[in-house]
Amino acid sequence: MAPIVSVSNLSKTYASGFKALKGVSLDIEEGEILALLGPNGAGKTTLISIICGIVNPSGGTVTVGGHDVVRAFRETRSMIGLVPQELTTDAFETVWNTVTFSRGLHGKKPNPDHIEKVLKDLSLWDKKDNMLRELSGGMKRRVLIAKALSHEPRVLFLDEPTAGVDVNLRKSMWDVVERLRASGVTIILTTHYIEEAEEIADRIGVINGGEILLVEDKAALMSKLGRKQLRVDLTHPLEDVPDTLSSYNLTLEGDGHCLIYDYDTSAERTGITALLAALGEAGIRLKDISTRQSSLEDIFVEIVGAGR
Amino acid sequence: MNIEAIKSIYFFEMARTRRTLLQSVVSPVISTSLYFIVFGAAIGGRIQEIDGVSYGAFITPGLMMLTLLTQCIGNGSFGIYFPKFTGTIYEVLSSPVSMVEIVLGYVGAAATKGLMIGTIILLTASLFVDLTIAHPLVMVFFFVLTAISFSLFGFIIGIWAKDFEQLNLIPMLVIPPLVFLGGSFYSVKMLPPFWEAVSHFNPVLYLISGFRWSFFEVSDVNPVFSAVIILVFLAICMSVLAWIFRTGYRLRN
Repeated sequence: MAPIVSVSNLSKTYASGFKALKGVSLDIEEGEILALLGPNGAGKTTLISIICGIVNPSGGTVTVGGHDVVRAFRETRSMIGLVPQELTTDAFETVWNTVTFSRGLHGKKPNPDHIEKVLKDLSLWDKKDNMLRELSGGMKRRVLIAKALSHEPRVLFLDEPTAGVDVNLRKSMWDVVERLRASGVTIILTTHYIEEAEEIADRIGVINGGEILLVEDKAALMSKLGRKQLRVDLTHPLEDVPDTLSSYNLTLEGDGHCLIYDYDTSAERTGITALLAALGEAGIRLKDISTRQSSLEDIFVEIVGAGR
Repeated sequence: MNIEAIKSIYFFEMARTRRTLLQSVVSPVISTSLYFIVFGAAIGGRIQEIDGVSYGAFITPGLMMLTLLTQCIGNGSFGIYFPKFTGTIYEVLSSPVSMVEIVLGYVGAAATKGLMIGTIILLTASLFVDLTIAHPLVMVFFFVLTAISFSLFGFIIGIWAKDFEQLNLIPMLVIPPLVFLGGSFYSVKMLPPFWEAVSHFNPVLYLISGFRWSFFEVSDVNPVFSAVIILVFLAICMSVLAWIFRTGYRLRN
């Protein structure tokens, strides 16, 4: 199946000379949730802004649903809903009016039933006649989502949807995303929160310094880059790692009470069996054993660090 | 053509006018009444007719132009500057609307509001002085074209402005002197020859003169010339906008 969004060799240099994107290529499949991770200033928002038509690209092409975003902007922008990072709202408008306005802007005939459904799904129905300035930050965020959904988009961009949002609201936002995906909407979200990507994304892209460092299936990424750590707590502390164990590259922690063994889950042999046998032979008594899988956060720090 | 989008922007802008009804409509009525009380009744009584037109009637087209220009520039610039300022412009820019449709929505609303207020001033003026409009079609021609071209001009200022000071610079500092010195309250023929000649470099003189001609058939310059000037100004504004849209100047950069 052709990707719903296809970015090819995209670059953007701002008037100040700042190169925000340096030849980015990325395919997004229909119906998936892609999380774009990256530190501040990595180019996430610029990438989204070009796909949505807010910023002109300096080079390269983007297609949405097979249409070029510059030449066939009507087709592509009709398919896209955008929830920006900043809480930008018309303070003096009512929730109902601002969401209806968004639908009209996208060239869709008024459809109060659809607007009602969107507002109810986002628990905004009882606020429909309130002015936006009367709403809390979390509600404004949901109004922005409602605006983006007002014209029934096939692709939804969420630019840091849960920045500055409390834990409960973040969870409810994830539920919204899950429901949207179930209805067939493709979702691209940018985030700082690794936890968020880990929780809801199918695929993860890491962007830094205007370049895509990798795009990978989340599970594959975790297992591919996922280092595991075996932690062995000892009954009696050691002063040094015994010479017989030197081939295992162990580190001693906790005043000699704990041995740490790093291993690769994707390797054919992890070496755990041999290590445990060697520990027994060396007469070391074990108190406890635990393993820990590196989180997406560790992976992220590793990739971005290596890219520097 | 995305008609729904044009309608949405237009009515969204007009809704703001409704919300600020008092400020938008009542204040021009009050200021016009004050002009008539001061210039028409108090001072005007001591001023002779100008070109056979009573002074109160003579200043009416100028007053309408003064308000029309400031209102159209103000509304045209604010309409596009405000979403830029608050950030809500992202939505318009990411919608399937062409720049022409954006202009039709914003400039259409700004011009409509200017015309509404101009009409209110005309009605207010008719309470104070006897007014006849010799050439209603010509009057509508100048009225509508001025509203459209100065709303466009305002729109350009709104895109150009980076802060509120720049936004207010032209409407506050440039337009009033041009209008006041463009013969709103006098005929430039009453000036010494040197200053009369200088006045002819003021584009607003041509607007006021042509507009006044449509009322009273008296003018400082040939009304055909006035019509050419307003059309040229409209063409300049449209060309600048076309350039802005092609380059994405201060909108998509």
